Amino acid sequence: MPNSPHLLPAADLDPAHLRTTRQIEGSAAVAEAVALCRPEVIAAYPISPQTHIVEGLSRLVKTGRLTPCEYLNVESEFAAMSAAIGSSATGARTYTATASQGLLFMVEAVYNASGLGLPIVMTVANRAIGAPINIWNDHSDSMSQRDSGWIQLYARTNQEAIDLHIQAFRIAEELSLPVMVCMDGFILTHAVEQVDLPSQADVDAFLPPYEPRQVLDPADPVSIGAMVGPEAFTEVRYLAHAKQMQALELIPQIGREFAERFGRDSGALVHPYRIEDADTIVVALGSVLGTIEDVVDEQRAEGHNVGALGIGSFRPFPLAAVREALQNAQRVVILEKALAVGIGGIVAMDVRSALAGIQLKGYTVIAGLGGRPITKKSLHALLEDAVADKLEHLTFLDLDQKLVDAELERQRTTRRSGPQAENILRDIGTVAARSH
Amino acid sequence: MFQVRFHGRGGQGVVTAAEMLAVAAFLEGRHAQAFPSFGSERTGAPVVSFCRIDDREIRVREPVSEPNALIIQDPTLLHQVDVFAGLRRDGYMLINSEHSFDELGVGEFARRFRRERMLTVPAGELARRSVGRPMPNAALLGGFAALSHVVSLKAVQAAIHEAFSGAVADGNAEAARQAYDAVNAQLRLLKEPTDA
Repeated sequence: MPNSPHLLPAADLDPAHLRTTRQIEGSAAVAEAVALCRPEVIAAYPISPQTHIVEGLSRLVKTGRLTPCEYLNVESEFAAMSAAIGSSATGARTYTATASQGLLFMVEAVYNASGLGLPIVMTVANRAIGAPINIWNDHSDSMSQRDSGWIQLYARTNQEAIDLHIQAFRIAEELSLPVMVCMDGFILTHAVEQVDLPSQADVDAFLPPYEPRQVLDPADPVSIGAMVGPEAFTEVRYLAHAKQMQALELIPQIGREFAERFGRDSGALVHPYRIEDADTIVVALGSVLGTIEDVVDEQRAEGHNVGALGIGSFRPFPLAAVREALQNAQRVVILEKALAVGIGGIVAMDVRSALAGIQLKGYTVIAGLGGRPITKKSLHALLEDAVADKLEHLTFLDLDQKLVDAELERQRTTRRSGPQAENILRDIGTVAARSH
Repeated sequence: MFQVRFHGRGGQGVVTAAEMLAVAAFLEGRHAQAFPSFGSERTGAPVVSFCRIDDREIRVREPVSEPNALIIQDPTLLHQVDVFAGLRRDGYMLINSEHSFDELGVGEFARRFRRERMLTVPAGELARRSVGRPMPNAALLGGFAALSHVVSLKAVQAAIHEAFSGAVADGNAEAARQAYDAVNAQLRLLKEPTDA
């Protein structure tokens, strides 16, 4: 019997508890969850860190575990979304996944999918966007599609990623709108942790077969995607917005139904954590919330009244829920894994809209870009600065100011100062990116 | 919480090692989280992976910077990468080598820690004999079970059988047992009073 001073005595090696839970990679878990939703068409092109998900699904199709399902090997992300549009328009439940430059490459079709009202579900395994090329995690990719008309849900854990995919098909099909399930690339997709995979019977009961609002059927022909001129374009766009507003009701409703059946509270517009009496609240999306919650507990133990607010649905943005959660705080720290160059925060702008007319201090913190770890140590220091109101309104967490200043000086004094990314790498003494 | 950092080279199963340890802990009812150092791994390049084990849900997502244990799959990394960074004073270290810490040139460092928690075991050689390839990862987990008692050998072997199948699984499980025995033998020697 293993016995360590760091841990309680171990359980007997009995696979009984394995009947519902498994210790698997996040990507494998998502592939299993998507398969439980019985997609009829999967069209995908591999790109890191999404690859393991679509590889897993292609295996499930090939071995006959996921049937009937047509798995399309396409030649690009643009083709993946185009094929997804075609298959969804014929009434087939359709899934794809991508990340980073792959998402950018499919953008024209991404807007078409939502404009046409096709309930495609897509996983975005969040990753930075180049240049400079960077394969690591941040939210630049999905944030770039903030206005694409897709619903965007962000998973905090691999369990939540599983649960949100199952809910995403329900939400998408009820509204006839596509849904992105965003999960942090590598941090979640490549993490092996405990997950509970629901039974097929439970998922079938929760997610009925897809009944399309519109369908391409040779026996009953219709046009989908005709030209709309100035006489009706505003009205069509208004309806797109109205549907997202409906999603503000539907997301929590389906989340409650899911919780009743599966016992897990994962589908919600926002995830408050210890905010009731909090003076300072950190707002964030995705997997960093786990680290933030640990930091909140440790700060609370030191007597600081801090809390956290996770944004579960970024599109639609839950203005009322965010306002309600934050209105009694003295200050709000919005921690973002993306940067709107030339202004700063992306989530911060929406949070500010939610807080219109309320007097409180707001700080935007850009963190975790291109895979830089967001550590508890840095978060503690950040919160201490925030509580003392010593933060700049726009802060870059763990920025190496000396490195930046050296390059700015080089550019000021030398006309042909050279490529700045490579200059910086040379200054820190690496020729290739460090791995974290 | 118990946190382990693995160091090795691309192709040595460094990521699989962390995953197998997480599965072993999970099989004994623990919460566990394994993840790689995210990068463009290439065969032969230094690779790091991590495993956290706890009695409750693990929420933190930062890399392990202050490990309770280090598992070093390739001793040639000792003088190339800062593998020791952040090791706790009461930490464990297991290196894949048939040499002693002094022979590896890290004796002085190892003496700052508890003697019975710093060991080497020829995991690659054990694997070469029982698997046919000098893949040290599974064998090291067997040694780690003996060294730390954080997981049992039985759980490690069950995790090996989840990760591999057939003769590869059997061979690795056997290498893990031999490493487990080898570490226990060293620990017994350390406990015996030495004649001056």
